[in-house]
Amino acid sequence: MSVAPAEVTRAETSEEALVGRPWLTIVWNDPVNLMDYVTYVFQRVFGYPKPKAEKLMLDVHHRGKAVVSSGTREAMERDAETLHGYGLWATVSHDS
Amino acid sequence: MTWDDLGPADSGDESLGMAASFRPVPGGAAAYFESAQAGVIRSLVSQIAELVSADSTAAEVAESGERGDALEAELGLSTHAEPPEDPVLARLLPDGYKENPEASAEFRRYTEESLRTAKVVSAQTVLASLPSTGGEVRLSEMECQQWLRALNDVRLALSVRLGITDENEDLSEHLTADDPRSAYVWVYQWLAYLQDSLIEALT
Repeated sequence: MSVAPAEVTRAETSEEALVGRPWLTIVWNDPVNLMDYVTYVFQRVFGYPKPKAEKLMLDVHHRGKAVVSSGTREAMERDAETLHGYGLWATVSHDS
Repeated sequence: MTWDDLGPADSGDESLGMAASFRPVPGGAAAYFESAQAGVIRSLVSQIAELVSADSTAAEVAESGERGDALEAELGLSTHAEPPEDPVLARLLPDGYKENPEASAEFRRYTEESLRTAKVVSAQTVLASLPSTGGEVRLSEMECQQWLRALNDVRLALSVRLGITDENEDLSEHLTADDPRSAYVWVYQWLAYLQDSLIEALT
């Protein structure tokens, strides 16, 4: 039995830390999409109730971006593609 | 006519008349369009359809006849890895990752072709439901969804060509009166009004 080099141990530790950290779909502000439209899209795509969809829309509007969904990378890529279909500017991210 | 070369709009405020807007009807929404209004929408929507299908993988394969690409096209994969050079296309088909070209390229490979197809379908729905002579247009709920996306795509495309970067900017001051694009400022604003009326009719 050998002792693993310190680097590998650290790598495993950081990889474990990644487990459970979800991927995110982020929507970015743009000067074109109408506020009502963005709210409507969030309701329709994610099934969010109107107050939640409105809050996310306002976050996008005022803060420049908002996390609109989280989960597996594959699911977030599907969400981003769907949002691109509606003309929203969405990206997938693994950062918080 | 291309998005690079927005000529003077055929119709200014006067010939477009009162701004058409949607109203709710059972099972969907309806609106009345003057022929000039129908002409403007049909022209812009057609241009979007041409633009997104022009350099798609399927079209390129048809031209090049390369087998490898043909297989990719059959599988619905895109051979595109780079963001489109045309800024309008780049806005309609954006990157899936920020500051990560490798992941964006992979995302594009798996999504761009279906995204292009979806945009063409939306455009075709508008063209099929809006007679060039105008008149009463009655849309089902599904058609309303396609219209929303198609109108939004046109607005996104116009915004790039008009150089709109700030939502609070006064568009009429943005362009000089002799700029041929200035006629499209009114069209851009009218389409926002029309799109908003459609959302209101649906909610």
